[in-house]
Amino acid sequence: MEMLSNLGDGFVVALTWQNIGLALLGCFLGTIMGALPGLGPSNGVAILIPLAFTLGLGATPSLILLTSVYYGAMYGGRISSILLNIPGDEPAMMTCLDGYPMAQKGMAGQALSISGIASFVGSFFATWGLILLAPQLVKIALLFGPAEYFALFALAFMTLGGVSSTNQAKSAFAAALGLGLAMIGVDTQTGVPRFTFGEVHLYDGLDFLVAIVGLFALSEVFIFLEERHGSADGAGKKLNIGRLTPPMSMVKACTPTMLRTSFLGFIAGVLPGAGASLGSFISYSMEKRLIDKDGTFGKGDPRGVAAPEAGNNAAAGGALVPMLALGVPGSGTTAVLLAVLLSLNITPGPLLFQNNPDVVWGLIAALFIANFMLLLMNIPMVGLFTRVLLIPPRILMPVVAMVSFVGIYGISGSSFDLMVMIGFGVMGWLLRKFDVPLVPIILGTLLGNAMENNLRRAVTIDNGNWMTLFDSPLSLGLWTVAIIGFILPLFLARKVKPRMAKDDEGSLSD
Amino acid sequence: MSDRIFGVFGVLLAIGFAFAALHIEESFLSDAVGPKAFPLIIAVILGLSSAVIAFKPDPEPAWPTFGRIAEIAAAVVVMMLYAQMLPVVGFVIATAFAAAFLAWRLGSTILASVLTGVGTSVGIYVIFHLVLGLSLARGPLGF
Repeated sequence: MEMLSNLGDGFVVALTWQNIGLALLGCFLGTIMGALPGLGPSNGVAILIPLAFTLGLGATPSLILLTSVYYGAMYGGRISSILLNIPGDEPAMMTCLDGYPMAQKGMAGQALSISGIASFVGSFFATWGLILLAPQLVKIALLFGPAEYFALFALAFMTLGGVSSTNQAKSAFAAALGLGLAMIGVDTQTGVPRFTFGEVHLYDGLDFLVAIVGLFALSEVFIFLEERHGSADGAGKKLNIGRLTPPMSMVKACTPTMLRTSFLGFIAGVLPGAGASLGSFISYSMEKRLIDKDGTFGKGDPRGVAAPEAGNNAAAGGALVPMLALGVPGSGTTAVLLAVLLSLNITPGPLLFQNNPDVVWGLIAALFIANFMLLLMNIPMVGLFTRVLLIPPRILMPVVAMVSFVGIYGISGSSFDLMVMIGFGVMGWLLRKFDVPLVPIILGTLLGNAMENNLRRAVTIDNGNWMTLFDSPLSLGLWTVAIIGFILPLFLARKVKPRMAKDDEGSLSD
Repeated sequence: MSDRIFGVFGVLLAIGFAFAALHIEESFLSDAVGPKAFPLIIAVILGLSSAVIAFKPDPEPAWPTFGRIAEIAAAVVVMMLYAQMLPVVGFVIATAFAAAFLAWRLGSTILASVLTGVGTSVGIYVIFHLVLGLSLARGPLGF
């Protein structure tokens, strides 16, 4: 019952005009960003962070705005998958498989609405899952000392490459690079400058917002410059939406699928290193194996649209669990949300639930509200968003670049930060060419100092004995999971990745 | 081959990082671990993973042609100029130029690029500065 009263308090926090307005704005912008190819949840949230700060929003309102963007982007990704056969963001990749064939049959409107409903179901259950699971995780996390936290951070980095990672060496490289970047600046415990090379601007360390916006948003601009995606925009294609409501029979047929995949997606989201893309992938493959008796999957089966959409939206909710309860995000976008919290001087983790219950429960209540708004926005108003798809990248990308510059300049007012951001943009482009994942870099710059502090605290408490890191059952358990999580993909990746890649190409070769 | 170069570069980076870490000045007031240990651990991971990348390279990434790379280099130069000129000429003028350049290089016609540039710049100025009150760089003309 305590849970429900907490939730009630949360609604009191969330239901102010300002917060409702922000949720509405966030949902709207998020859906647009999700729908536009090239802008996904992580870079969408990244370019809006500076805005939330300069508006002088408090912690809860900023979080409400940005998580609404996050949920919205998860909804929006399906629109271009269905209409153009181009995934609006990575998790929406699987939606192409059945969504586009449905659109070709003249059922685009129905595909959009059934996937909208599936997204709603997925996020709705995931938000309940968050309410039920996060407090339990917090109870465990309260037992953690510095040694366990250090092991937990290590676990986060080692599993981040994920089940689908092709090259664990590159994931490890990315994590080490991120951690190394975090070391720049004055050491918090002894006050000596490290890796600053005498540059005064570096004494405060690199601002991770600069790194995030550079790596995610600017590198996207460079990718477009390289490929000049001119042909990938929707101009010239006539978008015939057709009927916008799904027949009851279709909703009924999809209901068991949605429920199953919501559960599966949620689990995928909670586990470190899995995230929304994998959530939608396993949801689709499981449903295909389970119910595709007539071989209709891939040819415009509504259940094939509902499955990945419920899966990826549920995973988006699930990914918030470790981020809020442990302070360790498992996906790119939740890493960006963690950056928001850290910049607002709020440290997520067990203490957040004790010290700032208004933030946690206000956020959860806002997620429910945002979810209803998104359902309403995405079914009757989907026509509006389809028109946004007509904006070609040659207009969109300059706007993205300029908004990124404005945001970073707005925070610090320094040209030096802009130069660093450009540097990160080039680095992001180069690393993407080498197939090095960017998320561990972000996570490294975010968590590096906390990780080091926990290490030093643990060893100092035990009078300089390094073995203290491994001497409690809890930390041993965490290390075991970390090592398994790092080694397992070396074997699994050969099985999972080719299939994911094959399905992906199959969806784009049409 | 690209991955081998990348790996070698990574190893050099790790050595450089470790070298810089060893030269961190210890303070007389230090904890049991000190400011060097963790960076050195990172350097080891960085070096090992780079070595693995160099020894077991992935298939060659699809490198763009020289022209495309020049395109990106030009964009980087324009962005750096933008960062430097922003406080000098003010937000609206600098942004209009930079956005127009990017739009042009992404395939807009000259006229459309100019319109995109001016539109982006004025649009951001109105929304972010006039409506939302964000402080943007102020040039000699006051905007």
